[in-house]
Amino acid sequence: MNALFLAFAYLRYHWGRSLVLVLVTALILFVPVATQTLLSTSERALVARGEATPLLLGSRGSQLDLTMAALYFSDERPDPVEMREVETIWNSGLGIPIPVHTAFASSGFRIVGTTLDYFDFRDLTIADGRGLSVLGDAVIGADVAEALGKGVGDSLVSSPENLFDLDGVYPLEMPIVGVLEQTNTPDDQAVFVDIKTAWVIQGIGHGHEDVVTAADIAAGTDALANAAVVQYQRITPDNIESFHFHGSQDDFPASAVIIVPNDTRSATILKGRYLDTEGPSQLIEPAGVIRGLVDRIFRIKALLDGVTAIIAIAAFAAIGLAVFLSYRLRAREIATAVKLGARRGMVLRLLAAETVTLLLLSGGIAAVGAVVTARNAEAWVGWMLALGA
Amino acid sequence: MVRIEELTFGYGAGGFRLRVPDFTLQDGERVAIVGPSGSGKTTLLNLIAGILTPDQGRIEVAGTEVSNLADAERRKFRASRIGFVFQDFALLDYLPARQNILYPYRITPALILDAEARDRAETLAVACGIGDKLDRHPSELSQGEQQRVAICRALVTKPRLILSDEATGNLDPDSKARILDLLFERAADAGASVLAVTHDHELLPRFGRIVDFAQFREVDAA
Repeated sequence: MNALFLAFAYLRYHWGRSLVLVLVTALILFVPVATQTLLSTSERALVARGEATPLLLGSRGSQLDLTMAALYFSDERPDPVEMREVETIWNSGLGIPIPVHTAFASSGFRIVGTTLDYFDFRDLTIADGRGLSVLGDAVIGADVAEALGKGVGDSLVSSPENLFDLDGVYPLEMPIVGVLEQTNTPDDQAVFVDIKTAWVIQGIGHGHEDVVTAADIAAGTDALANAAVVQYQRITPDNIESFHFHGSQDDFPASAVIIVPNDTRSATILKGRYLDTEGPSQLIEPAGVIRGLVDRIFRIKALLDGVTAIIAIAAFAAIGLAVFLSYRLRAREIATAVKLGARRGMVLRLLAAETVTLLLLSGGIAAVGAVVTARNAEAWVGWMLALGA
Repeated sequence: MVRIEELTFGYGAGGFRLRVPDFTLQDGERVAIVGPSGSGKTTLLNLIAGILTPDQGRIEVAGTEVSNLADAERRKFRASRIGFVFQDFALLDYLPARQNILYPYRITPALILDAEARDRAETLAVACGIGDKLDRHPSELSQGEQQRVAICRALVTKPRLILSDEATGNLDPDSKARILDLLFERAADAGASVLAVTHDHELLPRFGRIVDFAQFREVDAA
């Protein structure tokens, strides 16, 4: 007890030095544990989403880009596939195709144009409001709602794609009709709209706002040219009927198509149909792509572990040197204690009590950090995956 | 109180060698040891305290033959029977004055820190004029106040013998006499003898007896 009393007194009096030692040691202990926790959780989250997505159809190119865009709504822009591919899958009767079009964003969050099947497929539930029903409706993920402070009744505006895109379309204002339950997946970070709404944002579909109405003509009002520029367009009950799409829907784009095959046999048949490496489309299994990514991440992690170990050894050596020098500085104190009747063992016990106290405090802080990390790992990983996207 | 007979001690072959044929310190006596630097004065104090063991001879303190005690017994004896006052005070910067006074109780199981010890520390501090400074750290005290804390620490264990090694060496001339008088007064209250190494010749008249240490020193022929 006396050794602990003196150790605490020493550490408290030299609180600055103690604080630095405790924090540095805590960091050395915490960082590898937190990294391991986050990486393990990332691996689980990545693999789980990959394994929950049986097949993915997209344009030929990087399988990773395609997977990241379709599953994690990343900024990668794989060349779009045509909607005729969706029709082909439907007509084959081998599975359910779910198109996702992720080419646009709103307030930093990706707009995901899809069909209602996506919500059933991902088992997404509405926490507030309702699902998509009308062109222009938006259902937002839980993180989007929290980050933007928006909910049902508010609206979002799609972000302009290019400031100098003179022939581009106006951003679309979309009423928020629903907010999804938290899932700790990239879906929390997405703004879901019907795929037709995504095409409207792209300019494939549009409506007309008459400058002169029939009533104006009947009243003999002259049409007046006005240079005022409309900043964005909105779909309202008054103009929704005027919205239309030019061309064949078969030619319209989707970033990718998630395919839920009826059974293993159907999956095998579908995969066989896209074996041609010269074809414009590819059918991939996202789980395999994700496992390849995870393998790479863990190879990098092994390297990082080595670097962390070297840094930890260097840091512990520095701490050991600091403690050693501290003991050297206290040689006079130790000599006094011995003269006053202390055993050398008592002096060692005192120094050990200080070291153990520092380590316990560091370990405590590191443990609290590790627990906090473990408890929030899923949310943080979901956020990081979306951020990385 | 202290009786030394035919004591010899050396720091290795060819090094410094101390020889004390005969030395006695009576109960309650206040004796100054003077002599040139390096003559072995501090070594003698360490031998009396049992920190060093003699090569030959006999050292008896308060009826106990220190030179015959085992290491653990010597430490116990030192903690309970001897008080030390050092030139540099040897206070711990991280402890307030009260805890510095009680420090011997914190470092040896031979002493039990109880309410009586705490009261004694308080009483000594008041008697030494630092009763209102017990919660201050050494850095917040003057040199004289620090040495008063050191005197309290030396006396709090109710020792029979105070060994003072240049206790006034770091003090200004005005404080030296006051601190020495204080040490004598408190030692007298406790019934302790004082054996002090000093270079301050102006303080010598305050001692009951002066021992010129040069007479004990001899140089090894090797």
